[in-house]
Amino acid sequence: MASLDRVKVLVLGDSGVGKSSLVHLLCQNQVLGNPSWTVGCSVDVRVQDYKEGTPDEKTYYIELWDVGGSVGSSSSVKSTRAVFYNSVNGIILVHDLTNKKSSQNLYRWSLEALNKDSSPTGVIVSNGDYDREQFAENPVPLLLIGTKFDQIPENKRSEVLNRTAFLSEDFNAEEINLVCARVVLFSLKFSLST
Amino acid sequence: LWLLPLNISIILSQVLFFGFGWLFFMRQLFKDYEVRQYVVQVVFSVTFAFSCTMFELIIFEILGALSSRYFHWKLNLYVILLVLIFVVPFYIGYFVVSNIRLLQRQRLLFACMVWFTFMYFFWKLGDPFPILSPKHGILSIEQLISRVGVIGVTLMALLSGFGAVNCPYTYMSYFLRNVTDSDILALERRLLQTMDMIVSKKKRIAMTRRQMYQRGEDQNKQTGFWNMIKSVTSTQAGSENLSLIQQEVDALEELSRQLFLETVDLQATKERIEYSKTFQGKYFNFLGYFFSIYCVWKIFMATINIVFDRVGKTDPVTRGIEITVNYLGIQFDVRNTHMQPVIISLSFFYAISSSKSSNVIVLVLAQIMGMYFVSSVLLMRMSMPLEYRSIVSEVLGELQFNFYHRWFDVIFLVSALSSILFLYLAHKQAPEKHMAL
Repeated sequence: MASLDRVKVLVLGDSGVGKSSLVHLLCQNQVLGNPSWTVGCSVDVRVQDYKEGTPDEKTYYIELWDVGGSVGSSSSVKSTRAVFYNSVNGIILVHDLTNKKSSQNLYRWSLEALNKDSSPTGVIVSNGDYDREQFAENPVPLLLIGTKFDQIPENKRSEVLNRTAFLSEDFNAEEINLVCARVVLFSLKFSLST
Repeated sequence: LWLLPLNISIILSQVLFFGFGWLFFMRQLFKDYEVRQYVVQVVFSVTFAFSCTMFELIIFEILGALSSRYFHWKLNLYVILLVLIFVVPFYIGYFVVSNIRLLQRQRLLFACMVWFTFMYFFWKLGDPFPILSPKHGILSIEQLISRVGVIGVTLMALLSGFGAVNCPYTYMSYFLRNVTDSDILALERRLLQTMDMIVSKKKRIAMTRRQMYQRGEDQNKQTGFWNMIKSVTSTQAGSENLSLIQQEVDALEELSRQLFLETVDLQATKERIEYSKTFQGKYFNFLGYFFSIYCVWKIFMATINIVFDRVGKTDPVTRGIEITVNYLGIQFDVRNTHMQPVIISLSFFYAISSSKSSNVIVLVLAQIMGMYFVSSVLLMRMSMPLEYRSIVSEVLGELQFNFYHRWFDVIFLVSALSSILFLYLAHKQAPEKHMAL
């Protein structure tokens, strides 16, 4: 096997939003039949052909680190979780479109993960308040995914889309809306820093 | 003459308690979730409000403040019983059924079925216990109170027993194991190593699968007898290999979960050690010694009561203190736990923090809280001097109060002794587990 570079991506979000289902879908191409609570961190691997079909084609292993828990966990749980946040190449933030609080908690999740980043520009002094400036300098790409869109009644859908548009602005992200046939994935908002 | 303002003050305080319950619900219990079913919040706040009012009425009773209390007592009691026996169990059943996908369609029907099952067992509860005298009719209030009382007293005794033992154990720093930073770092390194091993094995699986898939594609293009045999044998070997690696991965994942929980435990212990060096920590440590003496005394008294067939006569103040202490003991414990309990309580904690089950958990909490309060009133009645007993007896009917006290003592003893055993085993097991490298 040729040497394949390591790509580590964190998957963060509140309990029950569908992170494990998402990771399973991305890596195994099947829907997760019996989701259960994630204790600690569960990793899965996706083989991705970068620039497929071009002469630069390269096969990467994308490691998806699905970190369980809630933002309100005790400090001992948080300091243990911090172990997983080292040398991260990207972060996927997952929120449940039927639960507003999970979207709000994404700010705290991203702060938690980015504070532990060892890069010098990543030194952030935070007291929990959100500051858009922090994300302007952020070297780590963020991807925002909203789940369970199909469970929102028809009349509320435009309101939800509005809300998520604001959310992606806050993260300095561009918005791409994808509707997928299966239940889990709905809209992908992309954030790429310079 | 001053009846009216007092009546109003009771109603006002009920509204106040309702408000507290509402706020507590929003700020603490449902901090991370969106409240979609407001009925849960209402039910919780109502239960909270009426439970607190019962306590308030007892205090008024002792102070001799109110004379139309009889009305309030009756009202309060009826409402609480209505809520605890009809409303809350029904909603618990309803929300549990809603979570099960199969039964979703006929939610209401199944919820009613669950409720009827609950009522059946609830009624059956009266048989083995000598709680009623034959004078009472089937639908009298004594029937309901007696059963609620049994459940509530059992619950109280269990929690008291555990709290009485656990409180000094957590407060006293004597029991804190020595944890150094290097211990924690070593465990974290092991955890990350395990994760890396999981990753590399999963990469192998993914690559092997991909190769098999590609080979499968090629196979479809190849013909010839010999090629077919070759492909069959190689895929068989491939899939056997895969299942072997998958088993290894499963074992490693289990290990990583264990390591994670152990690390959390060590971090928590380290924080407690740091806390114990502060002024507050030293104060709680002192309290711990005090509580351990108190706990030993309580166990001793409970044994004496049972052996000598006595009924304990404590004054309501002591009872009140007891209940608060045990409640605090449990509160404190929820955040600082040990080894085996860590695994159980963390999984319980993770279980709680799911948006699906949060409704159910809150309702169960309301149920326990309500039953707890009703039974405390029951037990307090015995502790009150004769003058005050009259109205409570009038209201609660003629129940066999002695039985409840005896039952409390028995369950308390059992619970305390099992907690001691449990904590002893957990404490002993802990140092060996994470020292083994």
